[in-house]
Amino acid sequence: MEFERDLHLDATELRLGLPGTATKQSSEKQKPNSNLAKSNKRSLPDMNEESEGSSRENSRTVSSNEKKSHDQETAPPIKAQVVGWPPIRSYRKNCLQAKKLEAEAAGLYVKVSMDGAPYLRKIDLKVYKGYPELLKALEEMFKFKAGKYSEREGYNGSEHVPTYEDKDGDWMLVGDVPWDMFISSCKRLRIMKESEARGLGCAV
Amino acid sequence: MITNKKPRSSDTDSIYMRDDRTEMSEDDDRSPSPNSITHDSSPTRTYTTGSGPGTGPGSSSVPEYLAPCPDQVLENVLENVLWFLTSRKDRNAASLVCRSWYRVEALTRSDLFIGNCYAVSPKRATSRFTRIRSVTLKGRPRFADFNLMPPNWGAHLAPWVSAMALTYPWLEKVHLKRMSVTDDDLALLAESFSGFKELVLVCCDGFGTSGLAIVASRCRQLKVLDLIESEVSDDDVDWISYFPDTGTCLESLIFDCVECPIDFDALERLVANSPSLKKLRLNRHVSMGQLHRLMVQAPRLTHLGTGSFSPSEDVAQGEQGPDYVSAFAGCKSIVCLSGFREIIPDYLPAINPVCANLTSLNLSYANVSAEHLKPIISNCHKLQIFWVLDSICDEGLQAVAATCKELRELRVFPFEAREDIEGPVSEVGLQAVSEGCRKLQSILYFCQRMTNAAVVAMSKNCPDLVVFRLCIMGRHRPDHVTGEPMDEGFGAIVMNCKKLTRLAVSGLLTDRAFAYIGKYGKIVRTLSVAFAGDSDMGLKYVLEGCPRLQKLEIRDSPFGDAALLSGLHHYYNMRFLWMSACNLSNQGCQQIAQALPRLVVEVIKHEDNLDMDENVDTLYMYRSLEGPRDDVPRFVSIL
Repeated sequence: MEFERDLHLDATELRLGLPGTATKQSSEKQKPNSNLAKSNKRSLPDMNEESEGSSRENSRTVSSNEKKSHDQETAPPIKAQVVGWPPIRSYRKNCLQAKKLEAEAAGLYVKVSMDGAPYLRKIDLKVYKGYPELLKALEEMFKFKAGKYSEREGYNGSEHVPTYEDKDGDWMLVGDVPWDMFISSCKRLRIMKESEARGLGCAV
Repeated sequence: MITNKKPRSSDTDSIYMRDDRTEMSEDDDRSPSPNSITHDSSPTRTYTTGSGPGTGPGSSSVPEYLAPCPDQVLENVLENVLWFLTSRKDRNAASLVCRSWYRVEALTRSDLFIGNCYAVSPKRATSRFTRIRSVTLKGRPRFADFNLMPPNWGAHLAPWVSAMALTYPWLEKVHLKRMSVTDDDLALLAESFSGFKELVLVCCDGFGTSGLAIVASRCRQLKVLDLIESEVSDDDVDWISYFPDTGTCLESLIFDCVECPIDFDALERLVANSPSLKKLRLNRHVSMGQLHRLMVQAPRLTHLGTGSFSPSEDVAQGEQGPDYVSAFAGCKSIVCLSGFREIIPDYLPAINPVCANLTSLNLSYANVSAEHLKPIISNCHKLQIFWVLDSICDEGLQAVAATCKELRELRVFPFEAREDIEGPVSEVGLQAVSEGCRKLQSILYFCQRMTNAAVVAMSKNCPDLVVFRLCIMGRHRPDHVTGEPMDEGFGAIVMNCKKLTRLAVSGLLTDRAFAYIGKYGKIVRTLSVAFAGDSDMGLKYVLEGCPRLQKLEIRDSPFGDAALLSGLHHYYNMRFLWMSACNLSNQGCQQIAQALPRLVVEVIKHEDNLDMDENVDTLYMYRSLEGPRDDVPRFVSIL
C-alpha cells in the first residue's frame, strides 16, 4: 500500500530487540551503570533463563516492552508526516537530519585495531548482514581465528577475541547484543588478546 | 528652532495619533534568549537643537540667540526631557499627548521598531522620524519558518534600505528578523551609512557570502555582525578575508549558521586584529584544533560558539591532542557557550573550567546523553539559559533541576522530530524542572507524552513564568496517564501564572482549554494553537476574553467564519492573525476585509492549488496604514 512508508512500520514493529531502537536514547536510559549488567544486554525473548545480575534489568525491559505494546494498542493510528509539524525550523531539522543521514547513508565506518598489529583498519559495518560475516571478514583482515562464540563462555579456544566499544564507552564482546543494536551502538572494534578479554561477557 | 516642517493637516495628524500603535507595536518577545534581538535603545547622543546645551551632530543651524517664544521654550524643555525616554511604550504614549509632544517625540526618537514591515511604508516612517540611529524590522510571520508559506512571499529589505539611505545618513544599527535581504541590499547599506556599526540578521535569507564580503570591507566602524539562523548562500567568496588587515573594532562576530567553509587563516588573523572582540560564534567548519588556536588568541571572550567541537582528522591512536581544558581555563570571562555542532561527547568535559561562571549554555545541536551531561551540569550553578536536545532524557533534566537553581529559560528540542516514536523526555522531566528551577520564566518543551498533573505542578511551582510553550509532538494526544484532554493543564498555567504573556498549546484540547485562556489569560500577547479545539467557540473565547492579544497563530483547528467575525472589535489592536487549514471561507474573510478597511487581509494559496475555490488555505491579516502592498506574489490575493 502506498502509505506503508509513511507508517514507519519499523518504528512500531514488535521485534526481538530492546524497545525503542529508533530512539537510541530511550534504550540507553534503561541500562544500569554496571559492567556486569551491561555485559548481559540481551534481546528480551532470548532470555529465557534469568542470568544473575540482570534480572533487574530484565524486569525493566519487560515492563517497558509490554508498555510499548500497550501504547501501540491504545495510541492513535500512525499518521503520515504533516507539513511543518512538529514545529522545528528547517535549519535545525537539516542540521540534525544531516548528522543522522551521514551515519546512515555514508555507511557506518568504524576503526578496527588489533593488539600487536601496527596498523588500524577501517570497515563499514553496513556491508555485513550479521555476525558470522563480520567475524569472517575480521579474521581474514587480521589473519587470526576468533574461535567459537557461545553466549555463556564468549569466544572459546582462541588467542584473540573481538570486542567493541559502545556508545557509553564500555567495552563489550562482539556478539553479545542483537546485530541491529550492535550496529547502532558500536563506535570501534578492538581485537584483544584473550588474556585481556577476561571479564567481558562472563555471566558471573 | 526645533522643527522646520510645515504643520500637517489635522486629518493626517489624527491618523498618526490614532494609528500610532501600528508602527510602533509595543509587543516584544521578552524572554531572554541567546538568539533574541536585543533592543538597545539607550540614548547615546545629544539631539538637542537650538538653545539646548551640548549640540551634537545633526543640529539645526538656527542661531540660538533669537528670543524664543514661550511655546518654543516648552518645546525645548520637552525635547531635553523626552530625549531620555527610551521605552517604546512610553514614547508612543508621549506622542499622543498633543501635536507638540508628537513632533518633539518624533525628533528625539533614535530607535525605530517596526514589528511588521508591511504595517507602514518606508516613506511614511522615515518622514515622521528623521533622526533614527537604529532600525529593527520584522517581516514574515513565524509560521513561515515551518514551511507553511510558499517562498518569495515578501518582506523585502530593498525599499527600506533605499529610503533609509536617503534619510538616515547617520544610521548605525540594523536588526532584521525574517526579512528577505539581497546582496545588493547589503551593498547599498554598506555604502550609504559611513558610521554603520551593527548588523544583526535573524532568520533572514536571500543573500550570500558576497554580500557579507561587502559589509566586511566597507563598514569600517563595524562592531557587530551577527548572523543567527539565517540562510547564507555560498558564492565562493572568502568573506572573512575582506575585513581590513589593519584592525577592526569588532566586538561581536556570530556566524554559526553559515554553512560555507571559511578560510581559517583569515579568521585567525581577524581575531588577532580585533582586540575588542568579546563574542565569537564559529560555524561547524571550524574544528577543535582550530578552536583551540582561536581561544588562545582571544582569552577575553565572553560568548563563545565552539564550532564543530570535533577534531578535523581522527587523532591517531594514542596521540595527544591540544590541551583543551587549559584553553578553557584560560578564557576566564566566558559566560555563554554554544556550538558543539558535531560534538564527540568525550570532549565535552573540556568545558569544565568555565562551568561555574556560565550563565548561558546551548547544547541544542549536540547529541549527548544524560551520562555525558551530568558531570558538566553539576557545576553550572549560575546557569540561567539552557538549550538542549532531548537526548539527555528525563534523567538529564533531573540533573539540571538538581543544580541549576537560577535557571530562567529552558528549551528542550527533539533530536528526532517525529510523532510516532517513544520519545526520551516526558512529564517526568517537566515535573523535575518545575520542582528544581523555581525561578523559571520561559520554557519551550518538545515531548511525546505529557500529563496534566505535571503541567499543573509547573503552574504552581514556577509563578514567574512569562513564556510557556509545550509541544506534545503527537497530534491530539491526551494525558497519557488519565486519557483526558490537556485542558486542565493549560488552564492551570493561565490561571496560576500571573505574568504569562506568551503561550503555545498542544495535545488533545477541547473548547474548554480556550475557555480557560479567555477567562484567565488577561495579559497574554502571543498565542500559538495547532490541532486543537472542537468548534468556533474555542476561538471566540480567546478573541473575546484576551484584551492584550497581539499575535495569534492557528493551524489545523476547526474554527470557521463565525469565530473569525467575533474578533472584529479587536483586530486593529493586533499585530497579526494567522489561520491556516482551518474552516474559513472566502466569504468570511471578505466580510472582515470590508468591515475593517485598515486591515490587510491576505489569502495565501498553496502553490499547487491556485484555483479560487471557496476554502481558504491560509489567512494572514494585519493592520496597516498603507493598504495592499505592491509586491504581492501570485499565490497571494488581498481581499
